[in-house]
Amino acid sequence: MHWIYEPWPWYVGGIFIATTLVLLLFMGKTFGFSSNLRTMCSMMGAGKTCDFFCFNWKAQTWNLLFLVGTILGGWIAYYFLSVDAAAIPLGENTIQKLSELGFESAGKAYVPTELFGEEAFSSIKTILLLLVAGFFVGFGSRYAGGCTSGHAITGLSNFQLPSLIAVVGFFIGGLIMVHLIFPLLF
Amino acid sequence: MKKIAYLFVGILFGIGMFKSGASSWFRIYEMFQFDSFHMYGIMGTALTLAVLATQIIKRKKSNDFSGNPIVFTPKEKSVPRYLIGGIFFGLGWALGGACPGPMFALLGAGFYPIILAIIGALLGTWFYGLVKKWLPH
Repeated sequence: MHWIYEPWPWYVGGIFIATTLVLLLFMGKTFGFSSNLRTMCSMMGAGKTCDFFCFNWKAQTWNLLFLVGTILGGWIAYYFLSVDAAAIPLGENTIQKLSELGFESAGKAYVPTELFGEEAFSSIKTILLLLVAGFFVGFGSRYAGGCTSGHAITGLSNFQLPSLIAVVGFFIGGLIMVHLIFPLLF
Repeated sequence: MKKIAYLFVGILFGIGMFKSGASSWFRIYEMFQFDSFHMYGIMGTALTLAVLATQIIKRKKSNDFSGNPIVFTPKEKSVPRYLIGGIFFGLGWALGGACPGPMFALLGAGFYPIILAIIGALLGTWFYGLVKKWLPH
């Protein structure tokens, strides 16, 4: 059973995601995480500012419970199913590239301590980077009508062309960020 | 009872996301550098199994646990919406190293600065609602 504490191989991750999709379909729902962001905006009263948030968000309670489950899942995975701070094993050349960008935690942590360590809250730059990253994710997923779960998994598994276009967009954006913008930021 | 089931599926998803490394910023960086097969393997396995399941459900016209037919709603046709929206999403996904699901898995794992990204995501969603009518769809 020791394997459970090690980082899981990719196919196990894939099986968990596909199981999530199938279970939700059989529960009469559709797998799409980012709609929760819209629901949360509505709950917080965004409907007062524009019609987009005026909908019966209580019908989305199931998805919010799914979100709470995801938080609990992350907690269980980190505190009960991981050792050594859940460090992600990376290839030598990736570690090299990241160290040139100033990420010394590559290969030793789950996420870069430069961005996600406690000191992140005391760096204006890190605060801005995380806020902007989130802003693009929130804006982009609503504009594109879905995120990775809604398009790259749910939409593509039903051979939806719009989802393929969205996934191509995800990759264009990601490649621009990592290859063109990262050298300016870090 | 049914509500607890959604919570349970979420727990499964959260554990899967975290333990497979899909919620690691490093794995997302590595993916956009084409340095590792890992993320492609996760998505490839998920997609292959999900395609199979979806096609079987459609052929067999399966019902869900409550006995209602499982329906797949086609997405409306448009290019600018998915492409431009997708590019914005990709920029944020690579910068923060997390898409919406993993953001919440990371919160549970105690990487608290992710709260900033979650606040950003809520602001971005709200901003979309505000400017929606002026955007090409």
